[in-house]
Amino acid sequence: MRIVAEHLTHIYNEGSPFAVKALDDLSLTIEEGEFFGVIGHTGSGKSTFVQYLNGLMRLPSSKKRRKKKGDRTVLQVGEFDLTRKKTDFRALRRKVGMVFQYPESQLFAETVFEDVAFGYKNFAEKKPTAEELERVVRAAIEETGLDYESVRNASPFDLSGGQKRRAAIAGVIVTRPEILVLDEPAAGLDPLGKREVMELLHKLHGDWCKTVVVVSHDMDEIAENCTRVAVFSDGKVLYSEPPRELFKRAETLQALGLDIPLTAKLCAALEKRGVPIDCDFTIEDFVKKTLARKGGESC
Amino acid sequence: MLKDVSFGQYYPVESFVHHLDPRVKIVFLIVYIVAIFLAKEFLALGIAAALLLLALIVSRVPLPKVIGALRGILFLVVFTATVNLLFYQGDKVYWDAPAVLFEWKIIKITQEGIIFSIFLVIRLVLLMVCSSLLTYTTTPVSLTDGVESLLAPLKWIKFPVHALALVMSIALRFIPILMDETQRIMNAQKARGSSLDTGGPAKRVKAVVPVLVPLLVSALRRADELGEAMEARCYSDGKNRTKYKKLRFTWRDLLAFLLGAGLLAGMIVMRYFPVFAL
Repeated sequence: MRIVAEHLTHIYNEGSPFAVKALDDLSLTIEEGEFFGVIGHTGSGKSTFVQYLNGLMRLPSSKKRRKKKGDRTVLQVGEFDLTRKKTDFRALRRKVGMVFQYPESQLFAETVFEDVAFGYKNFAEKKPTAEELERVVRAAIEETGLDYESVRNASPFDLSGGQKRRAAIAGVIVTRPEILVLDEPAAGLDPLGKREVMELLHKLHGDWCKTVVVVSHDMDEIAENCTRVAVFSDGKVLYSEPPRELFKRAETLQALGLDIPLTAKLCAALEKRGVPIDCDFTIEDFVKKTLARKGGESC
Repeated sequence: MLKDVSFGQYYPVESFVHHLDPRVKIVFLIVYIVAIFLAKEFLALGIAAALLLLALIVSRVPLPKVIGALRGILFLVVFTATVNLLFYQGDKVYWDAPAVLFEWKIIKITQEGIIFSIFLVIRLVLLMVCSSLLTYTTTPVSLTDGVESLLAPLKWIKFPVHALALVMSIALRFIPILMDETQRIMNAQKARGSSLDTGGPAKRVKAVVPVLVPLLVSALRRADELGEAMEARCYSDGKNRTKYKKLRFTWRDLLAFLLGAGLLAGMIVMRYFPVFAL
């Protein structure tokens, strides 16, 4: 499923003194199969945009939109046209899984099993049998790296922080969405937990999940994982390109108040000293190219 | 993130009403409520309504905002009005028709019942508008300062006024946060296919549990964290606590106070010496 957004504008509390323009005539296309990164500082419209992707944010009626000047808004996710009111948002949400920031705050059930099964039961057309439920819940929990037998009957509130995060993610991927949208999936975890979450996403992405869209502040994470990155600023998309190109704009990004990956910082420092290194900013590639360079010249 | 919350939110503009001393506004609200329940004829209610309308215009709070606040009590108003209309017992005759207009089993529509229902609706609407005017024009902080200052005499009987004011300000402070949190959790559960905005009433009620449980958990956690943070800063309701903003009584406040007093006096006079005996 391809995601196409054109001329998307969103204003919170329109017409009051609290009015905030979160999205300003934004256009962005995400192809099927991408591991897409979204970066930008707080209030740049990232979270608002991703909420549009599964219909949690809705466009005003077409009548209201027509009254305003400007180009026609387009918002298409696969076969779903989100500018229409009659779109089947339920079917859409089934295909577009959404993991919010700190997803562990959505846990509510008495056991992890019940919590993970919640989404599956909601989306099922007819009541799933006990075996079917057991099968899909086990698959989802094991996919996140939790031990099914030991957590299935545990209360989600008794798990550790990292386990809670996994259980919450399991509750979203249990329906096997084609597009998985994650808002800061690794925020607040320790370095090991962060890496494990990103590895999990890669595993899913190579499997049944076709497209991953991840919002993040962690540039190392972005450089390491994404095939393409969009930079949000004041409700607009400034750049949308692979990290390999994007992080060459170190100075522009820093002027926007954004961090750059460690590898990009090292590359810039080396270039200043007359040692340009052309890498794609993943740690592996950086080390390889640097060592190759060192092998070529004696120092 | 800011949400479209219209009930009781401070509306930041500069106006005469905004600059009033919160104590005066609170007293005015109480006086106003007493006054509209003293009123026994349409003229008296009309005067009260006109005064409120004037205050509303002076406050520069846009009318749609105020009407938005009314939507919240719409059900209550319709319900009480209907109950009163159907069951009110009274035999006063106001116009040229029998006192009891309609009777069937326990339902009895009387002339007095109709008049009483209309009164009730007007009173409830005025009450709601007046109290939302208070919250639209007063920040939570000055509201609590006002309450604390008004309740100060109770300190003489060892009543914990400061603690009460603190509880109130914390509660007010957390309303938007909890609203936000609710929205977030609702979104998360909707994304998991919960039928919060689709399906029949029974389904929707069932869908509330997955929102309430996480909300309660997070509210308790927040309360815990706040308590710890306050303790870590050695918070206590010491006697020598000073205020950043001192409350001051000015000519504006005197004017509003006199208006309120005048209204109350007028209502008492009209109650016992009715102009048009209804």
